[in-house]
Amino acid sequence: MFRILSKNMLSAAVCEMEVEAGRVARAALPGQFLIVRAGPEGERVPLTISDCDADRGTVTIVTQKVGASTTDIVAMEAGDCFEDVVGPLGLPSEFVKSTPEELRDERYVFIAGGVGAAPVYPQVKWLADRGVSVDVIVAARTADLLIYTEKLAMPGVSVHVCTDDGSRGFKGVGTAMLEKLVADGARFTRAVAIGPMIMMKFTALCCRKLDLPVTVSLNTLMVDGTGMCGACRVTVGGKTRFACVEGPEFDGWEVDFDEAMNRQGQYREEERAAMENHVCKIGRG
Amino acid sequence: MATVKRVKAREQDPLVRATNFDEVCLGYNLEEAVEEASRCLHCKNPRCVGACPVGVSIPEFVARLKEGDVEGAAAVIGRDSSLPAVCGRVCPQETQCEGSCILGIKGESLAIGKLERFVADNAKSVPVRAASRNGIRVAVVGSGPAGLACASDLAKKGYDVTVFEALHKAGGVLEYGIPEFRLPKDTVLKRELDSVRALGVTIETDVVIGKTVTVDSLMDEEGFKAVFIATGAGLPRFMNIPGENLCGVFSANEFLTRNNLMKAYRDDYMTPIHTGRKVCVVGGGNVAMDAARTALRLGAEVHIVYRRTEEELPARREEVLHAREEGIVFDMLTNPVEVIDNGSGWVKAIRCIRMELGEPDSSGRRSPVPVAGTEFDILTDTVIMALGTSPNPLVARTTPGLETGARGGIAADAQGATSREGVFAGGDAVTGAATVILAMGAGRKAAAAIDLYLQGK
Repeated sequence: MFRILSKNMLSAAVCEMEVEAGRVARAALPGQFLIVRAGPEGERVPLTISDCDADRGTVTIVTQKVGASTTDIVAMEAGDCFEDVVGPLGLPSEFVKSTPEELRDERYVFIAGGVGAAPVYPQVKWLADRGVSVDVIVAARTADLLIYTEKLAMPGVSVHVCTDDGSRGFKGVGTAMLEKLVADGARFTRAVAIGPMIMMKFTALCCRKLDLPVTVSLNTLMVDGTGMCGACRVTVGGKTRFACVEGPEFDGWEVDFDEAMNRQGQYREEERAAMENHVCKIGRG
Repeated sequence: MATVKRVKAREQDPLVRATNFDEVCLGYNLEEAVEEASRCLHCKNPRCVGACPVGVSIPEFVARLKEGDVEGAAAVIGRDSSLPAVCGRVCPQETQCEGSCILGIKGESLAIGKLERFVADNAKSVPVRAASRNGIRVAVVGSGPAGLACASDLAKKGYDVTVFEALHKAGGVLEYGIPEFRLPKDTVLKRELDSVRALGVTIETDVVIGKTVTVDSLMDEEGFKAVFIATGAGLPRFMNIPGENLCGVFSANEFLTRNNLMKAYRDDYMTPIHTGRKVCVVGGGNVAMDAARTALRLGAEVHIVYRRTEEELPARREEVLHAREEGIVFDMLTNPVEVIDNGSGWVKAIRCIRMELGEPDSSGRRSPVPVAGTEFDILTDTVIMALGTSPNPLVARTTPGLETGARGGIAADAQGATSREGVFAGGDAVTGAATVILAMGAGRKAAAAIDLYLQGK
């Protein structure tokens, strides 16, 4: 059983849950994701792994309400069980394979947009644990939508908070913060941008301008998550790639974001109809 | 003298079935089955048995059925086949058992598939666990036809078998690929899976071998003494033509998985699926027919677009016939060269070129050649690519020392042995996309080889 041990609302529409999933917890590495189904008639929903505890056999997942299925997930409570949790899926972040020597001279900057701070956390933690210097820009439209700002402030990690409306931290988007840090003399060797597709697109453009290599993590549509359906296909460097098995992380300079955004909206009509007709059955036995 | 015509199996009316997902063929009743069984000539040298990939003793089960002994017939089939209700429905009988039937020379061959199906659907006996268990653990990766066949045979020999399935439901292609109207899930497939479980096989879903755990950790940490890899041919092929990543272009795998595994056709499930008013399915195999007939049942006008002629369609003959009866349009000698954008990122049309048949290729089929200057557009809302699949590399990539063949499949000998000791493989994971019965045959051979290997240890 995939029991929810605890639930914590991070903002009005975003929740964090610790879920029993021993096999996933023992195998997951930074950069990977998992798929859940809330109930027996549920969709397979790809979600971020924000943490895992192999000893307790638990994973921590973060879900944002965007459609009918994620609304059902966010409505679940501690003690409830997911019908399915499968993973870890996708490839781990590239740096996981690097030796401490290779990482010693790297200066990472992460740019997290909104709920993107959740998948950024295990990557930052992995690097910080190995003594790598890391800056993290945590960006959101407004202060209420910021998540994980305290959690990310680990020893050796510089957190820079920014909001579009200036309600907390620097006033401006993540790329403005990045440009400011660089202008102030920061010398980054690699960026990692995770957030909404549009935010990753503009972050990739900004990094290109700064001649800064950038990794992005693509949250495409998926069904099986094992390479079988091709719903997640994206064009990277002119070639079709499957985000579920060859990603989700790709070279941000090479991703065709316009196509990816177009494809992400493929079921928008159906999603809207589902939301209008949706009666949540979670917790009603 | 046996009658020339076979007893026709009852079917749902084409106009009715085009609007529902219930099974098309209703099968025989006992009287019809006995009558059809009595047509068998009981050849001294039964060619049908040799033409069956698992060598079912066809004349023997038919003889039992002729006497009305359904349980006896089931026992005969059960010696060689672990999924008779499935095979009776989805095997390409016209190129195997029925294709070699002597009756077929002057009239219609014996309806062996329909008889097998009748027996499997109507037998009441349930398989029982082997009396003595040897406690030796064997892991099977994938719960499709190859995996289930291997698991059943090993369980019958007393092994402690666990099948790992990546999806949330067992059955592999029988669950996600073949539609309800050809293979009912809650009755036929569930019954077959229950039989496998009744033998003592454990099926663990939601485990992706190569991701959740590796083959090495199964052997080193979880105590499995042998592993059978039956992960199928999962990765969809595309044409690599411009516009193929537009919205409204899907792989047949995605379209069928949404509808079969994820039950998009049912109101009580949340899965979205897109057809629009018109759907073009590119390809000519069973998967193309399945996708086309699914789209039709979801309310679309459907065309099959295929680069050769109807003669070369690789699909089962019955499926082509059924598709045609249901109103699917066949656009033959037609090959897409580009998918056209409607201006907002969705499909508007497929640009195609006329083809003609040229010289025979290495497969012996005449190869299609484009006719210059014949490009034309077919307006459509949805394009479904049913161009075949290639083996899923997840296991091969995460199992050091496991060699792969030329087309990415796992390299294995005729008995399923791979380059790694104790690791066996079979089915589409080795051969690339083939049939349920060939996968099942590979599973059974590997089970025998695994038994031999473990006995020798």
